[in-house]
Amino acid sequence: MSTNTVDARGLTCPQPVIATKKALEAIADGVVTTIVDNLTAKENVVKFAVANGCGASVEEKDGHYYVRITKGAPTEEQRDTAATGEIVYLISKDTLGHGSDELGAVLTKAFFVTLPEVEPLPKSLLFINGGVRLTAQGSPVLDHLKALSERGVELLSCGTCLDYYHLKDKLAVGSVTNMYTILAKLSEAPKAITL
Amino acid sequence: MGLDTADDAGVFQLDAETALIQTVDFFTPLVDDPYLFGQIAAANSLSDVYAMGGKPLTAMNIVAFPMCSLDAAVLGEILKGGQEKISEAGAVLVGGHTIDDAEPKYGLSVTGLVHPGKVWANAGARPGDRLILTKPIGTGVLATAMRAEMFADGVQAAITSMAALNKVAAETAGAFSVHACTDITGFGVLGHLFEMAAASGVRIEVDSRALPLLPEATEAAAMGFVPGGAYSNREYLTRVAFRTDVPDPIRDLCFDPQTSGGLVFSLPEEEAAAALAALKNAGLHACALIGRIVGPGRGEIDVY
Repeated sequence: MSTNTVDARGLTCPQPVIATKKALEAIADGVVTTIVDNLTAKENVVKFAVANGCGASVEEKDGHYYVRITKGAPTEEQRDTAATGEIVYLISKDTLGHGSDELGAVLTKAFFVTLPEVEPLPKSLLFINGGVRLTAQGSPVLDHLKALSERGVELLSCGTCLDYYHLKDKLAVGSVTNMYTILAKLSEAPKAITL
Repeated sequence: MGLDTADDAGVFQLDAETALIQTVDFFTPLVDDPYLFGQIAAANSLSDVYAMGGKPLTAMNIVAFPMCSLDAAVLGEILKGGQEKISEAGAVLVGGHTIDDAEPKYGLSVTGLVHPGKVWANAGARPGDRLILTKPIGTGVLATAMRAEMFADGVQAAITSMAALNKVAAETAGAFSVHACTDITGFGVLGHLFEMAAASGVRIEVDSRALPLLPEATEAAAMGFVPGGAYSNREYLTRVAFRTDVPDPIRDLCFDPQTSGGLVFSLPEEEAAAALAALKNAGLHACALIGRIVGPGRGEIDVY
């Protein structure tokens, strides 16, 4: 098993895809991590990986995307990822339920502590309106969300909402999305739960 | 023609029988061969006149060229390609302007004529109309694949398609009751359909399986050769809804920015089959019925 990194930052399409292709062709199995700095390159590299039967997961750090591509035998991480189910959660506030907000905050924490224990894991968590406070710095459940993200759960926060609450620079886990993607995720999910 | 309905060209009425159509477009080379680039840029510029239902009358070259670093013969090839398309369109080259610039650019300012009562605007599509697209889509994806030196067959087909004039399509459709028309360029097939639908106050349904596609375009999109413009178009077009079973590469192609793309005609359902047959007879084999106007709306597009 080999591990390679392709730094495709500063390159425009199709260069990141070509560089990834060369790196994958050079190994029989293993992991190639391609680092890109724009959404087009990120999506295209993921497409390329999936089209070639590889596993792909994306992590965002400081505005750069680390696309981790696994070729050949499934790794521990991939088996974990496969444990995610198809349920999509739409999370519209940072307190759970109606009534007392104080109680709601306690319940939110309990919810995200418990969620990783339930199999299968959700496919995606979509955060809108006040829900984006949960993915931003200062969130009481940040560690739990990071753990879910590492296990392959997709975390997406509404960009308009982050803007509204002045949290755009403070997003601490997952990536930013738009209403188009949120609607697409909801309509594609066999089961969507709104909190 | 106002500016609020995003029409393909300006129209100015001279008298009861005549209106001028004026348009300008130019861009940087997307193929290495200067002669082909000239053909494609000229076909793309002339297309706006056809999309308004007009006939090109005169054209002027717009050129940017690095005089010091590139051989003048290259410029000669670009202009030769352009001239051929201007002649094929039955128009006359009356002049032009060249500036010295690091990156070559070429295109045309075209003036055309149309009868004021026969202008094909974006607004005008009516509920019940069928939509015909005259060229296959995927030029943006294949131009990206070309830079990766992959999918050579698809790339070749894309170049041929981009260099083809929309002259025959426009002339053939002139025999039918075209309610609205646009040409498919940078905003992709859904972007330009959105402009037509919004300007007409209607809702559109698109059959993704009927969309004519360039060879290997689907494979190239699935491999990640999707240009940035396709993602921008997707971001911008918030009134598009896909049925869940439309595959991802097809969705990408729906947003793929086209260069010198085909025309889309909106015309009455009872004329649709005859119009399609006439277009195919005229040699436009990729022509297809791609959708319909389902009712009044604000530019919503449902893709199934």
